[in-house]
Amino acid sequence: MDSDDDLRPEEMLPLSQRPEWSDVVPIPQDDGPNPVVPIAYKPEFEETMNYFRAIYLSDERSPRALQLTHLVILLNPGNYTVWHFRRLVLEALNADLDEELDYVARIAKKNTKNYQIWHHRRWVAEKLGTNAMAKELQFTRKILSLDAKNYHAWSHRQWVLQALGGWEDELDYCGQLLQDDVFNNSAWNQRYFVITRSPLLGGLKSMRESEVKYTVEAILANPENESPWRYLRGLYKGDSQSWINDLQVSSVCLKVLNSKTNYIFALSVLLDLLCDGFQANQEFIDAVTALRTSNADPLDTDLAKAVCSVLEHVDPIRVNYWTYRKSNLPVSA
Amino acid sequence: MYCDCKLIILMLQMGELAVDKHVKYILSVQKKRKDSFEAVVMEHLTMNGAYWGLTTLDLLGKLDVVDSEEITEWIIQCQHESGGFAGNIGHDPHILYTLSAVQVLALLDKLNVLDVDKVSNYIVGLQNEDGSFSGDMWGEVDTRFSYIALCCLSLLHRLDKINMEKAVNYILSCKNVDGGFGCIPGGESHAGQIFCCVGALAITGSLHLVDKDLLGWWLCERQVKSGGLNGRPEKLPDVCYSWWVLSSLIMIDRVHWINKEKLVKFILNCQDKDNGGISDRPDDAVDVFHTYFGVAGLSLLEYPGVKAIDPAYALPVDVVNRIFLGR
Ligand SMILES: [Zn+2]
Repeated sequence: MDSDDDLRPEEMLPLSQRPEWSDVVPIPQDDGPNPVVPIAYKPEFEETMNYFRAIYLSDERSPRALQLTHLVILLNPGNYTVWHFRRLVLEALNADLDEELDYVARIAKKNTKNYQIWHHRRWVAEKLGTNAMAKELQFTRKILSLDAKNYHAWSHRQWVLQALGGWEDELDYCGQLLQDDVFNNSAWNQRYFVITRSPLLGGLKSMRESEVKYTVEAILANPENESPWRYLRGLYKGDSQSWINDLQVSSVCLKVLNSKTNYIFALSVLLDLLCDGFQANQEFIDAVTALRTSNADPLDTDLAKAVCSVLEHVDPIRVNYWTYRKSNLPVSA
Repeated sequence: MYCDCKLIILMLQMGELAVDKHVKYILSVQKKRKDSFEAVVMEHLTMNGAYWGLTTLDLLGKLDVVDSEEITEWIIQCQHESGGFAGNIGHDPHILYTLSAVQVLALLDKLNVLDVDKVSNYIVGLQNEDGSFSGDMWGEVDTRFSYIALCCLSLLHRLDKINMEKAVNYILSCKNVDGGFGCIPGGESHAGQIFCCVGALAITGSLHLVDKDLLGWWLCERQVKSGGLNGRPEKLPDVCYSWWVLSSLIMIDRVHWINKEKLVKFILNCQDKDNGGISDRPDDAVDVFHTYFGVAGLSLLEYPGVKAIDPAYALPVDVVNRIFLGR
């Protein structure tokens, strides 16, 4: 228990028995005459809420009001009214917002997916400005160390980078997370965010070469991993000429196809390349032909069609998608 | 072309949807006793809970078991002077509850009790300069709120009151290279956010701005071996994604790209056949949220005996027709 903030309601005297609250008349919830959805309340919940309603309605922005918001938050951190009111009180009291960040961190421990908490945290950080940057990056890092795909933490972190800065180590951080789990799509998304938006890196085009190298390695290590394949495609956004002409793209496909395992995404990227105008040589034709599982299938003379036929066979759950692709091939492919 | 009759027969063979059990479960949740922890936590979700529960009942053809006058009376009391609705009487308004309130009134054919301009002014006031929407006066921004605002205004025939071009452009700024959408520009693609963005684009007649083949492929990649759908790569399947993914696929006309039979089977396996209700995954505890999404998912899959639901408005098709076609 590191501060008075952390008192739990059941550990203290009921508010009705505390002298400092004796001047407040609690206001019960009005569910209307015939509550359609009668709400169930525990007694201490009901009492705390009744006091909160009284303080909220009288708009009392005092230290005890701040303490009360804490009790309500413990009972239900999803109550957005209490968070709103807490901000009003913090402002009125000119409270130490660094301390508030620590407070949010303690509450967030058990509620890492609660919208209100993250919104509140952002409000505090926004007020603190660049002073909060290091703490916010550290905080999200901690949450992400427990759940590397926490959507709220990633949104918050992206906001911190854009609003407060701290881009210097972000690419390394993405690299670390991908080293821990190369299937982490959130980390791949963040990587794309960094290389396209960091003011320090010069943009997608200047990052392409090193990123393609990184991505190809990740693909070859785990060709069944959807994320790097999509990332690779993203590296050529708006530049389909480079996409079909860069030998690194076609050759990673070929390597995976020749390995004859986990080649669904390789086939799918080859199909995209062919549709975009890539001219495949005999090596590709041989690699695809070798994947045909049954000699009974008529051999497709068209490579793109042959790719679709293999995909229909090896990815049966999405057979309709591959059939669609087959019937919608551009004339040139 | 897939034959639907064959699908229906398969569905029936797979084991039935325990309709009566689910109805009983929904009604029991609505009358939950005091001292329930779930109810305490759910306190602020009451209006959403009403929407989930009542829509489920309507889809199962059992909406007549509730007293619509009483519910309408309660909803009216949840309206704030700003025009927005709160989760319950005396609470603060939020755009989330405002849509649920409008949806429930639509279900009950009680939209006429609304001061439409008052409600729509509240929503209009939440649009930001860049076209995005905030959830309430405190300004949290998310493409979820764009969907909610546009859906709500459309149901009230007041889409003309906002800057639609900016609203659409903001949503497009959240589009990723994988064809999906995130909560803010740069945010990871997520099936829930995709539903919101595609739904908003559908409602504003802007679906031509979606790369349907690319997004459709991302969405059908969400189906895993068990037949269930996940919301992001490498995440576990969950019944609620049956709704987010399926509705998006239907709106972009690509729903035949997933295996429907396997998905039906997955949802039916998540039922509590003894006490009613549907859970996120087989053998987990049931809740109203997943019961609604399971039944709504089955509705999108044209499961026999479940009313059709509109994928964009998340309301039964007959309700949507009543609003837009006057029938
Ligand atoms: Zn779920």
